Amino acid sequence: MTSIAQETAPLTRRKRRWEVLPYWLILPTVVYLGLFFVWPMIQGFGLALRDEDGWGITAFETMVNDPAFGEAMSFTFLLILVIVPIQFVLAFGMALLLNAKLRGSGIFLYIFLLPLAISDLAAGIAWSAIFTERGYLNTILEGAGVLDQPHIFLDPTSRTQQIVAVATAEIWRSTTFMMVILFAGLQAIPRDYVEAAEVFGAGFFQRVRHVIMPMLKPSIQVAILLRLIFAFEVFAVVIALTGSGATVLAAEAYKWQATNQNEHVAAAYSVVILGLSLAAAAVVLVVLRTPRERRLR
Amino acid sequence: MALQQIRIGRALAYVAALAISAFILAPIYLITISAFSTFDAIYEYPRQLVPRDVSTDTMRLFLNSDGIVDSLRRSAIVAAITIVVCLAIGTPAGYAIARFSFRGGDPFQLALVSTRAFPLIIIAVPLAVTYLRVGIDDTVYGVAMAHIAFTLPLTVLVTASVFAGISYELEEAAMTLGCNRFSAFRRVALPLALPGVAASAIFIFVTSWNEVFAAAILTFRNRTLPAQLLAALDASPLPHRLAGGFFLLAPALVVIFFIRKYLLTTWGRVAR
Repeated sequence: MTSIAQETAPLTRRKRRWEVLPYWLILPTVVYLGLFFVWPMIQGFGLALRDEDGWGITAFETMVNDPAFGEAMSFTFLLILVIVPIQFVLAFGMALLLNAKLRGSGIFLYIFLLPLAISDLAAGIAWSAIFTERGYLNTILEGAGVLDQPHIFLDPTSRTQQIVAVATAEIWRSTTFMMVILFAGLQAIPRDYVEAAEVFGAGFFQRVRHVIMPMLKPSIQVAILLRLIFAFEVFAVVIALTGSGATVLAAEAYKWQATNQNEHVAAAYSVVILGLSLAAAAVVLVVLRTPRERRLR
Repeated sequence: MALQQIRIGRALAYVAALAISAFILAPIYLITISAFSTFDAIYEYPRQLVPRDVSTDTMRLFLNSDGIVDSLRRSAIVAAITIVVCLAIGTPAGYAIARFSFRGGDPFQLALVSTRAFPLIIIAVPLAVTYLRVGIDDTVYGVAMAHIAFTLPLTVLVTASVFAGISYELEEAAMTLGCNRFSAFRRVALPLALPGVAASAIFIFVTSWNEVFAAAILTFRNRTLPAQLLAALDASPLPHRLAGGFFLLAPALVVIFFIRKYLLTTWGRVAR
């Protein structure tokens, strides 16, 4: 994460003259985020650690004892296991393709970026039209002679099918944001390095493995980090594709708040989601850490 | 030999790029032709892969059904409030980061970056409780305030990056020619930053337009479009769902066209 202040370092000399002004400028943002971000978060912990009778961990007990909790957990983690490796490879490939400056890359750029503005609900609806029994996938497979009769792709009892369907929609929708991060990283790599490797006879895969990947590590770190964090928030796409067949953590939080009207258990779920996000962040930062002496920039 | 390898590499790259493009475009194409076909065509199997029965019946049914036009209007209002407040609060902060080196500036930036580790879900549930107490539950304002909290950090970082890309010398020149600090900002820096700020506005719009979780939790009757679609998902007929999906998706096609360059430069840099 390059600090923007660093990029504008020469401005330091002006700091004396306008000492108070920057604080006035950031004040509204600080106040707003204090009131609508930090305070609700503290309240969230309070809600989760309370019930109608007073303080306690009953909300967490209710949450853990609900069979849906285990299902939501395992579905969320299975989904992560399936999508993260596939998305990383795909996003990296897409970033390399854009970086190769093919003819018509402007069009590819537009198409590759499209999913960035598509909501998970829209993705779920679009893919359910494809996967449904009388849907487009069966139409195509039957038309191609692969199937004789419509196959059921969204069997509500099949965990595998639900994972495949949700993973496909998620990969379709959210690979782009990883690509954007990786592409920005790629562009910061000096061409000379790659060309030097080429001169010394490194093939394409060697260049990727030994020159590009090491230099791209900070971007890879951020891309995987954000991917994991967003994965714990996956919600509407699961509901749209599986109905109530499968559940994830965010869907349970929604259910407890909107249907069961129990904000304590809903808050307990959101605390779990936050805990997992922070744990994921910590793991990624440690696993993908670059030792200081090996840093290239 | 080497030249031949390059040619093969190029060809493979094209094949890959075309395959990925097809994967991305296919669902968009299919939901679009569904949304613009007759009811019969929607229920028919095998489905039409090339539209034969183009019609606005499905679209009309969707737009005339209960609450849809209202929810579209609410989505637009929420997005508008979010954009205006976010830019009004966030742009000055972004300017401060880009132009001043001040004590607390770096921790402030770090705090903004780290907000992304905190999912919107964690603030949505407590906000619902607070809104109920204060009496702004089930309103567009409540939803907008949650969306602002969610989009503000990125807005500040992105506008900071935009201002950092504009030379301060120009503002200094304006000041030597008689502008004061504020008019130099308004007449020099702001016009130059406008395309970048507009791109932020568009991105805020998309985030707000697409947001489901907070909208669904914070509203009950006055739902935004995604919340309305989600709540009616199992109850609504297929044509209704497909047309709704198209409505959610359509802005993406237009919006990305306008901000595609900024997405790669500004957002990528900020994310790093």
